This record gives sequence, C-alpha cells and structure tokens, in this order.
Amino acid sequence: MPAKTDVVSNEIKLQLYSLLYKTRATEDRIIALYRQGRIMGGVYTGRGVEATTVAAGLALEKQDYLFPIHRDLGAHLAKGQSVLNILLQYLGRGNSLTKGKDSGIHMSDTTLNIIGNVSHLGAMIPVAVGVAMAKKMQNEKVVTLNFIGEGGSNIGDFHEGLNFAAVHKAPFVLVIENNQYAYSTPAHKEYVCNRLSDRAQGYGIPGYHIDGTDALGVYATIKKAIEDARNGKGPSLIECLSMRMVGHSAHDDAFYVDKEQMKKYEKKDPFLRLEQVLRKEGLLDDKQIKRIQDTIDKEIEQATDIALNSPLPEAHWAAEGVYAE
Amino acid sequence: MAEITYLQAITEALREEMQRDEKVFLLGEDIGIYGGAFKVTKGLYEEFGQARVMDTPISESAIIGVAVGAALVGMRPVAEMQFADFITVGFSQLVTNAATMHYRYGIPVPIVVRAPSGGGIHGGAFHSKNPEAWFVHQPGLKVVAPSTPADAKGLLKAAIRDNNPVLYFENKFLYRRIKEKLPEGDDVVVPIGKARLVKPGRHVSLITYGSMVHACLQAAEILNEQDQLDVEILDLRTLQPLDKEAVLSTVERTSRVVIVHEANLTAGIGAEVAALISDNGFEMLDAPIKRVAALDTPTPYAPVLEEYFMPNPEKIIVAVRQVIHF
Repeated sequence: MPAKTDVVSNEIKLQLYSLLYKTRATEDRIIALYRQGRIMGGVYTGRGVEATTVAAGLALEKQDYLFPIHRDLGAHLAKGQSVLNILLQYLGRGNSLTKGKDSGIHMSDTTLNIIGNVSHLGAMIPVAVGVAMAKKMQNEKVVTLNFIGEGGSNIGDFHEGLNFAAVHKAPFVLVIENNQYAYSTPAHKEYVCNRLSDRAQGYGIPGYHIDGTDALGVYATIKKAIEDARNGKGPSLIECLSMRMVGHSAHDDAFYVDKEQMKKYEKKDPFLRLEQVLRKEGLLDDKQIKRIQDTIDKEIEQATDIALNSPLPEAHWAAEGVYAE
Repeated sequence: MAEITYLQAITEALREEMQRDEKVFLLGEDIGIYGGAFKVTKGLYEEFGQARVMDTPISESAIIGVAVGAALVGMRPVAEMQFADFITVGFSQLVTNAATMHYRYGIPVPIVVRAPSGGGIHGGAFHSKNPEAWFVHQPGLKVVAPSTPADAKGLLKAAIRDNNPVLYFENKFLYRRIKEKLPEGDDVVVPIGKARLVKPGRHVSLITYGSMVHACLQAAEILNEQDQLDVEILDLRTLQPLDKEAVLSTVERTSRVVIVHEANLTAGIGAEVAALISDNGFEMLDAPIKRVAALDTPTPYAPVLEEYFMPNPEKIIVAVRQVIHF
C-alpha cells in the first residue's frame, strides 16, 4: 500500500511542482536542440514518468546517493543538478561533466552524490548496492536509491543485486519505473506476474505498487522506504506505474503504442495532475504559476546560451583518462 | 625467514594489506568461515571479522558490481572468483562498469578481482580456464599474472594499492607446488607493468608468464644439455600494460623469440606480443616469431587429452629448435 500523502509539506509540494515544470521544459528544450541538429546523440525523455523520477530524487537527503537511468533527468534536477550541466552534457561540450566522453544524461556528479548509468539498464543495480553496503561499513546513515524500468527488471543483475542487498540488509531502495513499454515491447511480453512489486516477496523485502503519475503519493512512499533503509530495516522495492507518453527516443514515433491506453494516461498527466491538486488546496494560483514558470524559462534560456557558446572538447582528449593515476 | 608457498604468499599479501588499510575488504563465495575453496583466505575471517571477509551468495555479477560500488565511495575491495572460469557471469560488470568509469566520469575504481586460473588439475572445461586475453582487450582494466611466491605477494600488494580495476590471475596449479624464501622486508611491492628477466641467455628468448615460466625453465635446462643453447626467459608478470621495453630488449639480445602461454592460441597475449615486436623490432629478428599455447578447444577432462591440449616443455623445445634452425 502507498504511504499517506498528508505527510508531504506544502514546501515540498511546491518544490515538486517547480521540478516537474523544470524537467518538462528542459526536456522540451533538449528535443528542440536535437531537431535543430545541435544534439547529435540519442535523446530519451521522461514524459509521463516525471512524477516518479522527480519525487524519488527529491525524497533523498543531500548525503544520500542517487543512481538514475536514462529517463531520469527529473531526478538529476531534484538532487540539485543544474540545467546548464545537463545541456552541456547533451551538447558534448568540453566543460561538461564527462568532458564530452559520454552521452545523454550518463553523467556523475560527486558533489551531489549522483552516479550516472551505463546503457545496460540493470547493470547499475549491484553497483548501487555496493555503494549502499560501503556506506553502512563506514557507519554513515546514507541511503542509496536506484531506478530501473519494467524492461530492465528482467535482466540477471536485477535478481543478483536485489538478493545481495536483501541478504546483507543494505540501505538500498530500488524504484521500478513501470512505463509499460521497453522500446516497442509491451509489458505483457516482458513478464507475466501480476505486479513486479510482488517479486519483493521472493527476496524477503517489502514491495510497494503505487501510481507513478501521482507525485505526492510517490514522494510519501519513497520517503518511507528511504527512512526505513536509513533505520537499518534493509532494502525495499517500489513499483511506480505510469505510461511512457513518447517514443523510446526522439527518433521513434511510437506507432506501436495502444492509442486507447495513451488517451487514458493523458488524463493522468503527472504535471497537470499536481497543478490541479495544488490549485484546489490553495497553494497555487495563476499568478504564482506564471512566476514559477517564468523563472525556470529564464534559467533554461540563459543555460542554453551559455551551453551553445561553450567550447568543444579537444580531439586528443579521446586518448586520455582511461586509467587513474 | 622460512620458505612459503605461492598460496601462502597470496594469503600474506591479503593479511598485510588488510592490517595496513582498513578500507581493504574481501568478498566472495565461501571465503569466510570456510576459508575459500582453495583456503587462500583461511584465518582471515577469524582475524578481521565477517564485515571485512564477506561471504556472498553465488552471484559473480553482484560480487563484482558491489565491489565497483564500494570502490566508488572510497573502499578497496578484493573480490574472489572461486574459479577464473566463473568470471564469465560477472563479465559485464568488469568491462561495462569497472573499465569505463574513470574514462567517462573521472572516478577511480580501485578494485582487485582475484581469479584462480589454469589447467593441469583435471578440472575439465569449467575449472581450468585462462581467460586473461578477454580482459587485456578491454581498455581500463589492468591484468597481472604472477609466477612465483614473491611476485604473487608483491603484485597483489601493488594491485590492492592501484587506483584502477586490476585482474589478478593466480595460477592454481602453482598454489602448493612452488615455494621460496621471500625477500627481506615486510612490505615488498612488485610494480605493475614491469617484466622480470628470469634467466639471461644469448641464443633465444622465451617470453612467457604464469605457470609457463616453470615449463620454460625446464625446457631451457634440456636445451642447454642437449643443444648447448643458452636460453633467455622473460616473465611478463603484467599483461596490461605490457612492459614493451623489456620485450624489445630481450629481442635485441637474442634475435629469436618463442612466446609461451597456457591460454589457448588464437588472439591470445602471444599475438599481441608478436605484433609489438613486429611493429617495433622487425629488423632485430633472425627468425619468425613462434607461439606455443594450448589448443583452440575447450579444456578437455581426461588426463591424456588434457596433456595433449596443454603446452609443455617438449612443445617449447620443438618451437625453439625451429627458430634456431630457421
């Protein structure tokens, strides 16, 4: 069962709203830069799953570790990453976090305790468990949170990592972003169990199945799992059900997706949904919404200017940095 | 100081590094109370406790992945593969995560993966593998393969102190078969990337590593008696990065080369060493480079088959006579 949402403070609610807007607006900018031919590599956006990624990122404390995957731009932002760093990374600039060596949002930031992913989704699960176990060995009350899709939940590392975490009671939270499609493959061709969260039983850990389009519900449930992990209760598995509202990547028109299902989820748009709730609760009105959005738009505008005028990497950097000193 | 075995040298290195640095910890299957399938970690569980000598589920990918994660936040894990053969199921963690993390993110991954390798023990196809070449091919990994107790100890210390992922191939045939007195001094570290001249000679160079150093020594003795040949033997010790200088300088001295390894022939370390010599020392050669290696088959079980499969002093002698009489 999801945790009650009345524990979510007004301050957090407004932060969630701002971050959802920032995520969507930044991704829109990235798609525009891609269509203009300025971003050369793949673009994978999180439209439809933003509530999950933003709320999970925001539920972590500063000292906690985040292992996002390819659609989790929102989690990077929620953990404190700047729009500028994200654009520099996508544009492959020399002053980006990976100095042009990796693509998309495959980027780490040790000042924010974010470790970027590899494309083999699921391969990061044991690594994230390793961070969690090391922090426990170092006697620090630090939790590590990692995302995986319903698609990636079928690879062996999902099982090995989660079982390992359970056996060693690692302070670890695994969030399944079930967006119902793995590239073009629908969920019913990926697994046949009722809920992926039921797999938690097999590891002897708590499993939660929640609505991944409800930012407040996601925040409350993940917050609880994080605090349980911090208090020595071991790992949790949280399945957040949502819908990928775009193709696998920016080149894919998603012709294979069930249109009826898409319509159903349009009504559950995570951003508009939260906006409605906050208006009803009197936390937001037109004026405030405009102020929030204008501030973010301006930040994105400025970041875009700076990013596009930033230097490219020097070609010979390709040969450097394979080994540490 | 008493003589110690190759296996005891590995245990000593682990113990001394764990005493020296509390960030060093061990993880693997059956390494705790049981002391490891080969007893390499015997006594360490009692000395350092279960948090630092960690028994794990049978999950090679998670063992290596967890080690990578722990290394990202300041620990220095030493993971044990029960047999080098089982590294295949943890392969992606090494080549995808460990090897690329510093290049992409600038974050060092100081892990050691110990992998008991090698045949001659009638272990069949899945307890005899020498898989070092796969990892030498992956940029970002270092690979070492000691042949003596002194190097086993000194290279393991160097591997643990290195800020990169290091694969440490320990030859299990040598575990209890060779002994030596270790050099004086508690803390002898053998640098990664430096080959060792085992025996100087004038007529032909045997370039080798691991268990084959001992086969080469036997071959050299016979060749000296029967053919009056003075054979030089170079032990590479580190396979990535190769000690190019040492390789080229032995070629310069003898002008004839046979490369010997226990792993199978095709796209093995021998191919890389031969290419290195061809690129940089072609004019120094008086004969084509020969390679002696295992057959390109899975390791067979029955002793008569395995003997036919493995390289040995007789096969080395044949190759040496070919390059001498070219």
